[in-house]
Amino acid sequence: MAASRQIPGTTLFDGAQARKGYALNKMCFSFNDAANRAAFQADEDGYCSRYGLTEPQRAAIKARNVLQLIAAGGNVYYLAKFAGIFGLDVQDLGAQQTGLTKDQFKAKLLAAGRH
Amino acid sequence: MANLIGGITTSHVPAIGRAIARNLQADEYFKPFFDGFPPIHDWLATAQPDVAVVIYNDHGLNFFLDKMPTFAVGAAPEYRNADEGWGIPVVPPFQGEQGLSWHLIESLIGEDFDLTTCQEMLVDHAFTLPMALLWPGSEAWPVKVVPVCVNTVQFPLPSAARVYRLGQAIGRAIRSWDADQRVVVVGTGGLSHQLDGERAGFINKDFDLKFMDSLLSDPAWATKYSITDLVELTGTQGVELLMWLATRGALGDAVRQVHRNYHIPISNTAAGTLALECR
Repeated sequence: MAASRQIPGTTLFDGAQARKGYALNKMCFSFNDAANRAAFQADEDGYCSRYGLTEPQRAAIKARNVLQLIAAGGNVYYLAKFAGIFGLDVQDLGAQQTGLTKDQFKAKLLAAGRH
Repeated sequence: MANLIGGITTSHVPAIGRAIARNLQADEYFKPFFDGFPPIHDWLATAQPDVAVVIYNDHGLNFFLDKMPTFAVGAAPEYRNADEGWGIPVVPPFQGEQGLSWHLIESLIGEDFDLTTCQEMLVDHAFTLPMALLWPGSEAWPVKVVPVCVNTVQFPLPSAARVYRLGQAIGRAIRSWDADQRVVVVGTGGLSHQLDGERAGFINKDFDLKFMDSLLSDPAWATKYSITDLVELTGTQGVELLMWLATRGALGDAVRQVHRNYHIPISNTAAGTLALECR
């Protein structure tokens, strides 16, 4: 249903994504807790194993690659908690996904207000 | 009976929390957004609400995908904020208005809205930041609260038309609450923005302005759009305008604009604020 119409550059987080991404999103949800963020940083592989991440999810986590994380079922609200571990905000995520520098991404947003 | 005095809708971007924590309200980047609030503070000082019904969407603090309610209503004596993982300061707890919570629950389920009821509930930035914008510097919040959470995480989302009807039912419930209390509805989120995918950074100023106008001239206008239409028109997170629609639905036919503000960008978001008074 939700997938019947494609919006370019957009993945609707529907049942198929929620099912595919469950382990990844559950791990990212755990990063609400500072002790869990520290445990991840102390042993990334072990932490990913504990949550049962799939190979594509582990690879995307290792690469810190947002588009790959989304393709692997990640939801941006949970992924933001993963990004938070590295002090990255949603403009860093936006820049990475659009292939821009953060300054270019910010300039694009400013331009949206000018027209 | 309770008096529904009006509604306020505003964006809830995490960067607002960072700006408040660092006292950057007068900073060049943030000022055009924060400048939207003093006229609303003046109105609140006169209108003196006792209770705020806050319609918002949780971003993975209280709810996870293990259980994802479409509509959830808080019925707790107290609501706490907590660490969301990316470091904005936690705000003081909010006192719940349990009498209105249960009246809302009974009224809404009586009108066939199937709710999840929450006697324990953490509230995230989508709840806390609008409160901090409306009542800045509060050590103890001057109003009691009832949180109403709408799922915008996992599709399918409730349609715009249904959320508008939910808002209408919330309005009827507030007006039939047998208490000498003044109630304001707060709706949080939006306006156009998209955080995820190659389309990240999408903003639609024309649509946002038309939408804000419609809340005065033709309040149900946006209910003609499907959720997929709204994602296309406003971005994946722009669908948070559902909270604005619910708020507008609650207010009834006749409203007066107290104030409005619109500024691009705060972080990735077209930041809007609108205050309406019931007539």
